[in-house]
Amino acid sequence: MAEATAGPLFELRGVEKRFGAVHALRGVDFEVRAGEVVALVGDNGAGKSTLVGVMSGTVPCDAGRITFGGRAVALRAPQDASALGVATVYQDLALCDELDIVANLFLGRELGRPAGPLGRLDEVAMEVRARELLDRLSVSVPSTRARVGGLSGGQRQSIAVARSMMGEPKVVLLDEPTAALGVAQTRQVLDLIRRLRSQGLGVVVISHNLADVFSVSDRIVVLRLGRRVATFETKSARDVDVVGAITGATEAGVALAGRGAA
Amino acid sequence: MSAPGEAAAGAAPGPAAGGGGAPGLRARLAGGDLGSAPVLVGLLAIWAAFWLANPRFLSAVNLTNLVLQIAATGTISVGLVLVLLLGEIDLSAGVLSGLSAAVMAALNVKAGWGGAASVAAGLGVGAAVGAFHGLWVARLRVPSFVVTLAGLLAWQGALLLTLGDSGTVNLGDAFIVSLAGTFFAPPLALTFGGVAVLGYAASAVVGRRRRAAAGLPAGPLAPAVARALAASAATVAAATAFALDRGLPLAALLFLGLLVAVETLLRQTRFGRHLFAVGGNAEAARRAGIRVRSVRVAAFSLAGALAAAGGILAASRLLAVNQSSGGGDVLLNAVAAAVIGGTSLFGGRGSAWSALLGALVIGSIANGMDLLALPSSVKFVVTGAVLLIAASVDALSRRETGRGGRR
Repeated sequence: MAEATAGPLFELRGVEKRFGAVHALRGVDFEVRAGEVVALVGDNGAGKSTLVGVMSGTVPCDAGRITFGGRAVALRAPQDASALGVATVYQDLALCDELDIVANLFLGRELGRPAGPLGRLDEVAMEVRARELLDRLSVSVPSTRARVGGLSGGQRQSIAVARSMMGEPKVVLLDEPTAALGVAQTRQVLDLIRRLRSQGLGVVVISHNLADVFSVSDRIVVLRLGRRVATFETKSARDVDVVGAITGATEAGVALAGRGAA
Repeated sequence: MSAPGEAAAGAAPGPAAGGGGAPGLRARLAGGDLGSAPVLVGLLAIWAAFWLANPRFLSAVNLTNLVLQIAATGTISVGLVLVLLLGEIDLSAGVLSGLSAAVMAALNVKAGWGGAASVAAGLGVGAAVGAFHGLWVARLRVPSFVVTLAGLLAWQGALLLTLGDSGTVNLGDAFIVSLAGTFFAPPLALTFGGVAVLGYAASAVVGRRRRAAAGLPAGPLAPAVARALAASAATVAAATAFALDRGLPLAALLFLGLLVAVETLLRQTRFGRHLFAVGGNAEAARRAGIRVRSVRVAAFSLAGALAAAGGILAASRLLAVNQSSGGGDVLLNAVAAAVIGGTSLFGGRGSAWSALLGALVIGSIANGMDLLALPSSVKFVVTGAVLLIAASVDALSRRETGRGGRR
């Protein structure tokens, strides 16, 4: 948190996105600094997933300026984002249940020689690196050779997050990381998010769960109907204000109060 | 190689059993990952029952016959394992084995090609037809059940066309006949068994050393030693049985060689890892950057080539290709063998060794019942029951997995 003082690491300005008649993002600004957890909240259809899609390169934006580390960049494909160091952990866990943890962590980027489909896997090297990674993130699993299908939901989500770390990213985007998790498992994943922050990563978390948002984030950005309507420093925010911003009650309230005064 | 222990142990360790921090038996039971244990127990029970009914069942002659009987179907089954791992099915494998053998026979006998060239052409036909099926499945997303059912019909027609009016082509080429008709002398059989045991032990020791050198836990020693001993005992027993009879059949060696090659491909290469991934969760594989379509086409193509190899072995043993080659219960036995051996119909789980184990189970039932002179009605019913039990074990263990994790 103390590191979150420098300028934004990843910054979007005036992002526009239309899907046919639907104006999903209307001039949205967004920024995340190194060593900071930003929670992205809003009602269904507010544009959260579209905004994360823009950041992860899966949804090219129609207009807007994107900078990464101060340099203007273009995000047209997921590869562009991962080349910059932006990793995405998807809501529907993209893990293979029948493979073990090491195999899942290295899926699509297996170590071994020679390159190509007939390359012989170097299981020892992969397992060593998998252990280092899991140790660094303090992810506890029964064994690095355990089948992912046999793990708890929290462990699976932790493995999914750990896998996003394989490419040594600078920014991690998490879409509903605690959805469908129990209390203890949610705590596990939130702890993991804090560790990502303490290692200097910028973290963006989409969540519907305000308790989680308040527990883990440094800032809260509220989207409503494709606009960024409010930003809170988590420390000084009240959840009634955040809920108000999400539902639009605050704006209406302000407007009413304004009329009354006039 | 007709002994079961080898299948469990001779295989390169699976992804979940890297010899190291592999979960213990209890965890594997809870996780629904029983491996080859049920089928091994079943196979031993079947053998014991037939041996009690007729001691000749476990004689050297009969065991050698058993291996010769299962080599062709088992080879087709190895190919089916690849397709089943994707969660797909290949109903044309039986007919394709017949067609490939027919092409080989026609080229050799009618067109005067050499034996080796004809065999290569037969294998090529199998691979090409498999790739064709794979392209339809991967590109157009037509269910493999339909694509290969259409293939089953169409390639049956091609088989009849290739064989011509006579409907039968008799084989006399020395090379083709030697595939199933060659036996290596008993001393060679024993030597080969010894080399296999030593090779397995050496690779196991080297693997443990490498893990230790890298600071990884080596895993419990006792199960590893037990596996190695069981594998050695099975190999030595098989080699002895061959040595006491006609010697080591080349067909057995070819089948075993293909098994080891496919298992190595599955466990130790990127392609194999990607095959498991696509079969387990195609969307996850796609997001991980795996070329899902290529993997599917390659798997179908390999399955076609292996079906062709099985058909050629069968033709070599029969000394002929006819209209019923690859027909009848060949396909069903090959699918049943893979499933009985522990390869899941749901994709993502299985091994090449399951083809050997399942083929041994089915072959033993057929062989034993023939020995007892039981009618084929009983044979069909018993084989069907065994298949149902094996598939149920798979489905039940899936359900347990679902409870343990989330799915």
